[in-house]
Amino acid sequence: MAVGKSEKRVDAYDKVTGKAQYTDDLCDSGAYVARVLHAAVAHGKVLSIDTSEAEKVEGVVKILTCFDLKEKHYYATPGHPWVADTKFRDIEDRLILTDMVRFYGDDIGAVVAENALAAARALDLIKVRYEEYPFVMDVQEAMKDGAPQLHSRYPGNVLEHTEIRDGDYATAAAEPGLVKVEGWYETQTMQHCHIENFICFAEMREQRIRLVTSTQVPHVVRRVVAQALGLDCGQIRVIKPYVGGGFGNKQDILYEPLCAWLCLQCGGHAVRLDVPREETFYCNRVRHAFRMHLVSWMRPDGSFAARKLELWSDQGAYASHGHAVAGAAIPAFRQLYPCADMEIDAWTVFTNKTVAGAMRGYGIPQITWAMECHMDDIAAALGMEPLEVRRRSLMPVGYWDPVSRKALNDDSFKQCLDRAMEITDYVQKRREYRNQTGNLRRGIGAAVFWFDTGVAPVVLETSSCRMTLNQDGSLQLQLGETEIGQGADTVFCQMAADTVGVPFDRVHILSFQDTDVSPFGTGAYASRQTHAAGFSIRRTGLQLKALILDRAEKLIRIPASNLDVRNGKIVRISDGFEMMDLGALAKDVLYNRTDSDHLSAESTSLINTSPYTLGCTIAEVEVDIALCKIKVLNLVNCHDAGVLINPALAEAQVHGGMSMGLGYGLSEKLLFDPKTGRPLNNNLLDYKLLTCADHPELKAEFVQNPEPFSAFGEKGLGETPVCAVAPAIRSAVLCATGVGLNEIPMDPQNLYDSFVKAGLIPRREGSACTI
Amino acid sequence: MYDIKAYFEAGDAEEAVRLLCAHPDACIIAGGSDVLVQIRDGKRKNAELVSIRGIEALRGISRTPDGTLRIGALTSFARLGKDPVILECIPPLAEAACQVGSPQIRNIGTLGGNICNASPTADTPPTLLAWDAQLELFGPEGTHCIPLQDFYLGSKAVAKKPEELLTAVLISAGAYRGFAGKMVKYAAREALDTSIVNCSVSVCLSEDGERIEKARAAFGGALGPFPARASTAEATVTGQRLNGQLPALFAEAFLQDIHPRDGWRASRALREQIAGELAKRMFLESVKRAGGVIHE
Repeated sequence: MAVGKSEKRVDAYDKVTGKAQYTDDLCDSGAYVARVLHAAVAHGKVLSIDTSEAEKVEGVVKILTCFDLKEKHYYATPGHPWVADTKFRDIEDRLILTDMVRFYGDDIGAVVAENALAAARALDLIKVRYEEYPFVMDVQEAMKDGAPQLHSRYPGNVLEHTEIRDGDYATAAAEPGLVKVEGWYETQTMQHCHIENFICFAEMREQRIRLVTSTQVPHVVRRVVAQALGLDCGQIRVIKPYVGGGFGNKQDILYEPLCAWLCLQCGGHAVRLDVPREETFYCNRVRHAFRMHLVSWMRPDGSFAARKLELWSDQGAYASHGHAVAGAAIPAFRQLYPCADMEIDAWTVFTNKTVAGAMRGYGIPQITWAMECHMDDIAAALGMEPLEVRRRSLMPVGYWDPVSRKALNDDSFKQCLDRAMEITDYVQKRREYRNQTGNLRRGIGAAVFWFDTGVAPVVLETSSCRMTLNQDGSLQLQLGETEIGQGADTVFCQMAADTVGVPFDRVHILSFQDTDVSPFGTGAYASRQTHAAGFSIRRTGLQLKALILDRAEKLIRIPASNLDVRNGKIVRISDGFEMMDLGALAKDVLYNRTDSDHLSAESTSLINTSPYTLGCTIAEVEVDIALCKIKVLNLVNCHDAGVLINPALAEAQVHGGMSMGLGYGLSEKLLFDPKTGRPLNNNLLDYKLLTCADHPELKAEFVQNPEPFSAFGEKGLGETPVCAVAPAIRSAVLCATGVGLNEIPMDPQNLYDSFVKAGLIPRREGSACTI
Repeated sequence: MYDIKAYFEAGDAEEAVRLLCAHPDACIIAGGSDVLVQIRDGKRKNAELVSIRGIEALRGISRTPDGTLRIGALTSFARLGKDPVILECIPPLAEAACQVGSPQIRNIGTLGGNICNASPTADTPPTLLAWDAQLELFGPEGTHCIPLQDFYLGSKAVAKKPEELLTAVLISAGAYRGFAGKMVKYAAREALDTSIVNCSVSVCLSEDGERIEKARAAFGGALGPFPARASTAEATVTGQRLNGQLPALFAEAFLQDIHPRDGWRASRALREQIAGELAKRMFLESVKRAGGVIHE
């Protein structure tokens, strides 16, 4: 049995020894280099672009501008399946190059040169004239009358507004004896910082465009590039090699259309577009910053009488994943602490800033920050223990959601909290840490998270798989689901091995997706792949096994119903006797003079389930009040991710997400200059991504409640690890100091401003805090 | 790709100076951890580089017969951080070297580069200032020495001509014998970061251990336009008997010497809060390391 074992990653040796090929490794050294010309104003129109001096630079091949784009095909960038109904389709608001500038960094031109130095020199010499418009950087300002408008189709800069009214909030809130708890909570703009910057290269081969790209969604890239160029998708071939991380940034069409277009403009010559790190920060995608206003009407016993949420999601300049992110947060609010009388308003709003797209957690880290901070605030208002107030109202076992039509069958929250509390000695520490004085104080806090696996039933959820039997009894495995560093290929091999009945190391997976060859797939997002691919692997594997056993019956003359494939052998079920080697059967099938066949199977699974994947984080901290520093002493995540296909890889996933959660809660924030709209800290020195020296030991725990609606009992795990880390740390800081911060990151500046306000640090003369 | 027009390797200090005179637009490159970053950022176009990496005579730490510590300008942070002479005579300098960037940067970055690049947040100058370091410069007219205190003229401006080479950092026996001290680098993260506050204190106690005979304090880390000594803080505690009020007095005086500005990296108020708190703690720790006792 391979499933459930910590099998070694199938790509481990190649990655560690440097043999693994990423996009840059596959690009011929003779390819042209492309650099994008970015707008240097936040809002305006390009009046002219003077390339005369730039064209004189030795090594420049071609310089193209927005004015050279003859055919204007608008396209949408998110990595989502195509939706036939235009009402639900992603918003098609991007052009390959634009003369209408909506954020500092918008794409207005490109230089193609023989080498990177020539391209950089040429970029420097291009002169652009703009007609500048006023710009807006804040969501509430953008919604006001008279605010600068980004898109004529979206008055008030509102991309979408969801309004939900459950029960009767006003009446419920008027119940006598209620305590009102209200808070404003805010999250920041954050970037993925995957280790491999986005890169792609395009070349014409056999009259078709061959595009190699660092993406999470190769089939979507093919569709969108075709759309952007006005071509049929069969004229484009997209290859996804090894990818150095994506985390959602690459669940978007970034520069593939531009690269392909530049290739065409250069007569089909290979063109490589490699985005420098500094441009990745503000010219790719970022996480939606949320501003959230929560009002809760509490009975003295800690139960909810009525709840209200207002949420503003900062979209930046173009639609990308748009309202889907706020849309994913809404069920979390509705379900985590259910209440019959609720008002929810969620706005996704355009601003003249970097475009927000998908990022690990997709709205759940943001809403979890607000919900869990708010629960602690409620506990403080009622004089109750934070976990006690949660246990009272957490979605109970048996909870049924009418929208997704699924029930919560497992007591995940209780099990996860109990485990995490035991490991961290939570109860004892809460007692110990009461009534501290002095400068160095310790605290312990907890937060829970709610999450759905995959995108069903809101969006199409599908997976396709193909298996072929080699003549030695080994298997070739192909999927549309992508390995982007998370370990997907390995668990796919494990699931395939167990389904067909071969040893794990006899499954050979094609790690590179090639749209000419690979089965169709929607890609890596929504923590969907292990769950979705599990279905198509099982269906395909069972089909293949049936073909094998059918053949075995002919050869061995024992009914197929009494045969099985186990460990690469055809086995008689009744007594376990090994009848023949699968390799021998495969050879016979292939070379048989009278009945030759090539054994392969292929199928698609349509998936209608999206298992809950729940859990918690507990954090213990030490706060140096005078120095405004938080030291995380202990950090534990406990997940109910169902059956773990590969425990070691699951643990690694959790560690990575916890690390991202630490940065989210403590240090990362992309800043923009309010005077110009220019990003201020778009580099790895000034954008405070945490180093290994900033991490405590990260502990991942699991509670494995098998999921009945999945192929192997698994639930999703990719995104959940990041969701509750920040609020757990806030809870611990509140425990330690009595101060609850409502904004992240909880960096020294934020701590200083909060401690001064709370009277823990004396106020100084001089200016207040910065941006 | 790096925009490098010309690259020359010098075999010794004289050749380096000759090359610098012949190429007035050239800059010196040693480890390259500052210069290469500047070239990549487009701050040095058509760069001409005179490399001094191969001049072994500029590497190493030694003690002259009169006790002066001589640190070659090409000495790496990694070497400084574990050198037995430095650890014996000026532990805070080793501590400062160990807090630069990361192990990779510490292997190639040099003390001379850290001083001459003149970043306001450079990690070693405050400690060198707090230990009265002298700089040995070599140029077309020969060798001369200048106190580090007189080296910084303004933001990123230094008292060294383009054709001059920093060859060594000198700390006299009188500057380190009997002194103990502490430096602190305060940054947003524990590694790979530039300081929000960076300061260093050294003290020498009287024979009976009851009084501050001499105190030196210095700051960098964007608490002023360039690394400098905190003279008010020094004057406040020099000659004073050790007592519980002294750390706070020292910190208050230290705050008068610094001039942080508001910026998006940190507010002035935050820098003052951190600087004041660190000054107090560094003073206490310095006294403790010098063998003194303060009853709070």
